[in-house]
Amino acid sequence: MSAATADPTTKPERAGRAVRGGLSRVGLFALLGVLLVVVVLLAAGQGAVHVPPSEVLGSVLHRLGIDVGPMPSHPRGEDALWQVRFPRVVLALLAGAALATAGAVMQGIFGNPLAEPGVVGVSSGAAVAAATVIAFNLSFAGNWTIALAAFVGGLITTLLVYAMSREGGRTEVVTLVLTGIALNAMTSAGLSFLLFMANTQAREEIVFWTLGSMNGARWPQVAVVLPLAVVGVAAAVLMARQLDLLALGDRAARHVGVDVERLRLRAIVVVAVLTAAAVAFCGIIAFVGLVVPHLIRLVVGPGHRVLVPASALLGAVLLVAADLWARTAIVNADLPIGMLTSLVGGPFFFWLIRRARRTAGGWA
Amino acid sequence: MSTRSPRGDTARDAVLSGHGISLSLNGTTILNDVDIEVRAGEVLSLVGPNGAGKSTLLAVLAGDHAPERGEVRLYDQPLSAHSARALARERGMLLQKQNLAFGFRVHEVVEMGRAPWHRTDRAAYDETVVEASMKRADVTHLRDRHFPTLSGGEQARTAFARLLAQETSILMLDEPTAALDIHHQEQVLEVAREAADSGSAVVVVLHDLSLAAAHSDRVCVLAQGQVRATGTPREVLTPELLSDVYRHPVQVLEHEGHLVVVPQRRRRKEEL
Repeated sequence: MSAATADPTTKPERAGRAVRGGLSRVGLFALLGVLLVVVVLLAAGQGAVHVPPSEVLGSVLHRLGIDVGPMPSHPRGEDALWQVRFPRVVLALLAGAALATAGAVMQGIFGNPLAEPGVVGVSSGAAVAAATVIAFNLSFAGNWTIALAAFVGGLITTLLVYAMSREGGRTEVVTLVLTGIALNAMTSAGLSFLLFMANTQAREEIVFWTLGSMNGARWPQVAVVLPLAVVGVAAAVLMARQLDLLALGDRAARHVGVDVERLRLRAIVVVAVLTAAAVAFCGIIAFVGLVVPHLIRLVVGPGHRVLVPASALLGAVLLVAADLWARTAIVNADLPIGMLTSLVGGPFFFWLIRRARRTAGGWA
Repeated sequence: MSTRSPRGDTARDAVLSGHGISLSLNGTTILNDVDIEVRAGEVLSLVGPNGAGKSTLLAVLAGDHAPERGEVRLYDQPLSAHSARALARERGMLLQKQNLAFGFRVHEVVEMGRAPWHRTDRAAYDETVVEASMKRADVTHLRDRHFPTLSGGEQARTAFARLLAQETSILMLDEPTAALDIHHQEQVLEVAREAADSGSAVVVVLHDLSLAAAHSDRVCVLAQGQVRATGTPREVLTPELLSDVYRHPVQVLEHEGHLVVVPQRRRRKEEL
């Protein structure tokens, strides 16, 4: 077909739209970036040894070789920051980014707004595998053992969900959620069995781990989670354009040049990597992958090129903030963060269901 | 590549062809030894009763289904030799039903049609082509609307604009007029006609035989998975063949130079 000719009269109007769209996106990323810095500085300073944000910033800049800002005035401030707080904050940040990105990617490949690692059972699949490692005290891959097991468990469950909930190239919401219920039932049976089998110490470890917590985060764990999360988020950003096309449905996506099956398999591996990154040391933290992409879509629409990186940022912000809340809400108590996210995520889920019923007559 | 033949030429190049295509789904034969040629510079209509295999044939030609027997060739090469992306630069498809998982805006959906040209020289024209395609499909005024909030006809026109934005030399349309009013039916088929006149190959599934007669160079009548006739509308759309194929008496009338196909109806009582 011949190339179409431009209509010059619409040009200024178009440019205006492009600028507005561009600004709101830049604005969103700037806002999320600033939020992340603020929440990290706040979170790192809070705890038994209080360090004001300016001193946290000074300490970080100092380590980066920039002698600006005050150093922590508390005698144990520097140690508290670098040995306890930062590993924990960074782990929360990475887990939040990984979970939110995993949610955005899953919703993209299933073409379904309810797909989320926690809801469809991928998190608990990864959890069973990780709990097996804890219960039998396995360490075939050193520090990486739990992460590796979580990855394999997550991969298997994602493939299972995919195989069982797709019919004729699309995923019915009901089928997906019911598949999630079935999988969660199976994995909780597996977890019960492992709890029954494990000795007292491992049992305790598994229980706390399934509640979800950043407690006890140290740099070696961060060293495992960091590459997984970075690789996963980067891969997700790279497939964003194709995820957009997948929204057209499998056939139409193929007609515009997407190798649908290959994209799906790649995306499933990415989801498993991201879930493993989040679950490996932090346990099960549900609903982050559901809530965050929805919030981003409300603001900037469903385009994955913005949605995926923005979800990663907002997920990081939310989980760092949630972790701060978890360890400061009650004095001398470290609440399980998974409990908090579920406490907030559950009502959000209700709201989603109500909204879908109002606008589209429900998800049949 | 194809030569640009003027309309009315009988020996045009087949850009996309099926040879001896057979396919059965769940034990039911859908297509049985179908031969078909889609030629550059012409509009080919696929017509026939429900369940004749029209949409399936289109899906086979698009590469969605592999035929059990027979072969589909695109420019003298088997269809399967092309990657998804290479195919997307040659043929575009408008599906009968439009799906969209998320609430993208109309112009974003149309922009998706440019995906096969991403990271090529032609990506430079993305914006121009998208605007022009929206104009041709008459959806420019809907550009900022959310796709799921549109009416069926508006969704179909948006999908048509996406197809135009893809700038392929083969256009495949599966019942493009089903959800459209008379004005937009004519408009879509006019655009298809223009595309063919400028060298594209168009294959379109239609139910309305009068529309098929008015807008196609050739008509292929399918029934029970087999080709019953292929030829110009006047050759093919005869009362005898149509009455037989549709199992209903059909009349073919001449009106202002066009064929009009109407079913014979029993008169209502009050008219007797």
